[in-house]
Amino acid sequence: MLRQMLCAIALVGLGSTSAQAQFRSDTLKIGVLNDRSGIYADLSGEGSVVAAQMAVEDAGGKVAGRPIQLLSADHQNKADVGANIARQWIDRDGVSMIIDVPNSGVALAVQEITREKQIIFIASGPGSSRLIGDACSPTGFLWTYNTYAMGVGTGGAMVDRGGSSWFFITADYAFGQSMQQDTSQIVVQKGGKILGSIKHPLNTADFSSFLLQAQSSGAKVIALANAGADTTNAIKQAAEFGITHGDQQLAGLLVFDTDIDALGLATAQGLILTTGFYWDFDDQTRTWSARFEKRHGAEPTMVQAGVYSAIRHYLKAVEATGTDDGPKVAAKMRELPLDDFFARHARIEANGAVSHDMYLAQVKAPGESKGRWDYLKILSTIPGTVAFQKPENSGCKLVAP
Amino acid sequence: MSVDAPGGGGRLLPQSVASDRFRMRRVMIALVILAALLAPLEVYPVFLAKALCFGLFACAFNLLIGYAGLLSFGHAAFFGGAAYVAAHAAKEWGVPPLAAVALGAVAATLLGAVFGGLAIRRQGIYFAMITLALAQMVFFLAVQLPFTHGEDGIQAVPRGTLFGFVSLDDNMSMYYFVLAIFSIGLAVIYRTIHSPFGQVLKAIRENEPRAISLGYRVDRYKLAAFVMSATLAGVAGGTKAIVFQLASLTDIQWQTSGEVILMTLLGGLGTMFGPVVGAFLVVVLENGLAESGLPVSVVTGAIFVVCVLLFRRGLVGEWIGRVRARSP
Amino acid sequence: MMSLLGISSQALFGQLLLGLINGSFYALLSLGLAVIFGMLNVINFAHGAQYMMGAFVAYLLLQFAGIGYWPALVLVPVIIGGFGIVLERTMLCRLYRLDPLYGLLLTFGIAMIIEGLFRYGYGVSGRPYPIPAALQGGYNLGFMFLPVYRAWVVVASLLLCLSTWFAIERTRLGAMLRAATENPVLVQAFGINVPLLVTATYGFGVALAGVAGLLAAPILQVNPLMGSNLIIIVFAVVVIGGMGSILGSILTGFGLGILEGLTKVFYPPASNVVIFVVMVGVLLVKPAGLFGREK
Repeated sequence: MLRQMLCAIALVGLGSTSAQAQFRSDTLKIGVLNDRSGIYADLSGEGSVVAAQMAVEDAGGKVAGRPIQLLSADHQNKADVGANIARQWIDRDGVSMIIDVPNSGVALAVQEITREKQIIFIASGPGSSRLIGDACSPTGFLWTYNTYAMGVGTGGAMVDRGGSSWFFITADYAFGQSMQQDTSQIVVQKGGKILGSIKHPLNTADFSSFLLQAQSSGAKVIALANAGADTTNAIKQAAEFGITHGDQQLAGLLVFDTDIDALGLATAQGLILTTGFYWDFDDQTRTWSARFEKRHGAEPTMVQAGVYSAIRHYLKAVEATGTDDGPKVAAKMRELPLDDFFARHARIEANGAVSHDMYLAQVKAPGESKGRWDYLKILSTIPGTVAFQKPENSGCKLVAP
Repeated sequence: MSVDAPGGGGRLLPQSVASDRFRMRRVMIALVILAALLAPLEVYPVFLAKALCFGLFACAFNLLIGYAGLLSFGHAAFFGGAAYVAAHAAKEWGVPPLAAVALGAVAATLLGAVFGGLAIRRQGIYFAMITLALAQMVFFLAVQLPFTHGEDGIQAVPRGTLFGFVSLDDNMSMYYFVLAIFSIGLAVIYRTIHSPFGQVLKAIRENEPRAISLGYRVDRYKLAAFVMSATLAGVAGGTKAIVFQLASLTDIQWQTSGEVILMTLLGGLGTMFGPVVGAFLVVVLENGLAESGLPVSVVTGAIFVVCVLLFRRGLVGEWIGRVRARSP
Repeated sequence: MMSLLGISSQALFGQLLLGLINGSFYALLSLGLAVIFGMLNVINFAHGAQYMMGAFVAYLLLQFAGIGYWPALVLVPVIIGGFGIVLERTMLCRLYRLDPLYGLLLTFGIAMIIEGLFRYGYGVSGRPYPIPAALQGGYNLGFMFLPVYRAWVVVASLLLCLSTWFAIERTRLGAMLRAATENPVLVQAFGINVPLLVTATYGFGVALAGVAGLLAAPILQVNPLMGSNLIIIVFAVVVIGGMGSILGSILTGFGLGILEGLTKVFYPPASNVVIFVVMVGVLLVKPAGLFGREK
């Protein structure tokens, strides 16, 4: 007992004085932190872990001569749970990189911790542009999409199609607020009007009263600044109340393939959406998605594909630098070229944004679809340079405006 | 063990086991103190600090149920409310950590006075439901008020420096800060229980009409116990916000009220150290389960059921009962 | 468009109607709680979980046995009621001699287990349950579009509530039940099997929650958390109405639903808390509840 204690004290002493090692632990540990059972479980969840496993296997299971170890945990969409796990992973388990973290509220909490501890954090699940704006971090990346890009895509397209007045139904947390703010900006820029908005808590079952308010506002576009099950619930109930039968249109500002799968094409058909990835886009995406589908039983969402792409790129940077030191790896990641099946014409900006081609798509009618997962028609490609905000304008302190 | 076992009997609370004295007591206390001081060398200090916060929370709750016989199903409001106030004070007003915790406790006290004033108008099951509903009202306020930041919570709360020179950013000094607060809280509870005030509370718990007929103004005693329990729960909540640098809806939702009941029930209602033991076990369990992927609430729910059906005295209560049975 | 105090009639009537629908659920659930409490002196915290199970059983019946909405309307209460009876016989019945708070704690634990299991199995994103073909579509009432299914929910819930009230207040079985509530020992002495009555009552109360879950399934989707959010509001409804009266809990349920709807029209941010504010008010003025008797 006493000896153990002395050892422990000695270790504590050592830890604080010895020089920084090349690696935080004997294995390189990557933590996949996401929603495993909640409203974002389908779009990230286990699928993201599968994508991460594939990335590790495809990299040979090793980096810089060290085995790679994956950890995963459920943050339950709670900022405190997520922050707690991240802290433990970093302090106690020697995790070198944290990835995914859908739910922007949780992601912002993790960003605070990883910035403080200089650990790499790659966000694939969340979308709040604050992660690359006022809350940006030198070791933080927003890999897959962001609210600004979604606003440019869907918001812009809807205004072009005559949606001149808008009402927002917004999830009351970081993501919803960013989504509404960024989209409003685009709509107003294009000459549209914002008639009003209403906030709802995360994970709302009954949207009917919100929808009634939106309906009586008379806005031409009822925009859903929410995600996952919240979006699908709202769309279903809008159909039930016959809202889409009139001259009002719904705009799902963030709609995943898994949401369309949950809604069914009969309800979802015609929705315009923006996505960073579609499995059936070309041969490259189909090849990877087929491998993923085999293991996970569902086609990948953009979040899951983003996790794969991000881990591959991260491992390349670790290999090249020979360390897992956050700032060094982050610099290398920005330096190395990035172009894979997921990220086309990609560029990693100083504020951590990964700008890449986005796609404007429309949900197929039941007659057009050849089967499960054949859901989207790609209408156009939005080049990364258009879809992503210039880093100088993002409000990120790392970039001199 | 059968349900009809003596002592596990008909009332919610076992006989006043807390006043029991052991021969081994001093030695054990010394060991526990030593362990508490050395623990962070072996165990992750933030984890220990969390367990201590919940330990204090459970003890505060136990003051009410274990000694005054009032089951509050709304203690999360005090815990979480204080966490929000402390986090807001530390982050937005730049208040040092101790003062932030104190402000949180003041907020919890005020809230406790309002809750208590309303809830003691009814007894037993109504009391539980009213506190639950009031806490849910506070929860909805926390969802909507701008300063709580909705689902995101108040994030990136600075831990600050203690007395102007001890930085709490270091996990070790943070732990000892929490341990100090925990010890003071526990000492306050110990003194209260063993004061004449505590004796009156027990009298009310055992037989309220008799206490009334003895001339005690029962409602005032109940209210005082309620407010005190709320204050201490607030201290625990405020401290937790500083440790985790975050205050969120988790702290204030009704499941947290359920959790603190579970901790107290598991450890032993009406025992001095039972709630601490219960809190540690539940925190360890939740931590272990979170990593294994098993559903936490199924396991905690099952513990609830087993506790209620089979050992209502809780772990420490059972243990005290056995020791006492062996050496009458 | 008509308008009243600057509020369009469309918004007003629409929200009132939604309030009435929510009120149907409050009424059904608080009625079940009141019936159980009256007989067992137990607050059934698992009521929300049993309501959720009702929806899930319907979903599973459809998924695995192809059994649709209408047969489910009979099967769900039978299955959920049966589940309740098992719970009562194996666990709850051991606690009757103890402080009633133990019943609350036990059912709280049971609720956690049920909810956890369904969360584990199905996640918390809802599963869709289709509106039965006969109740699809809606009426355009001019001031609003009324989905047929929602109208059906209000009617069905009213029917269930009133027939429960009738059964308890106006039939011989109900009279036995009420007598057994007042004085179980005496009623037992008359040769009536009181424990059986207790078990049946619990089963019935739980079955009501199951039906409510089925009614909610097509509206709210089938979600493991659907009950836990509702149950606390229902507790407040029960405190406001007072536990003693069957009719009281029905009226309070519908009334508070409508009040909530009105709040959504005039001051939406307060709609979540209005019921709790009313509760505080009632406690200050009439601690036993609007329809309750001081014991």
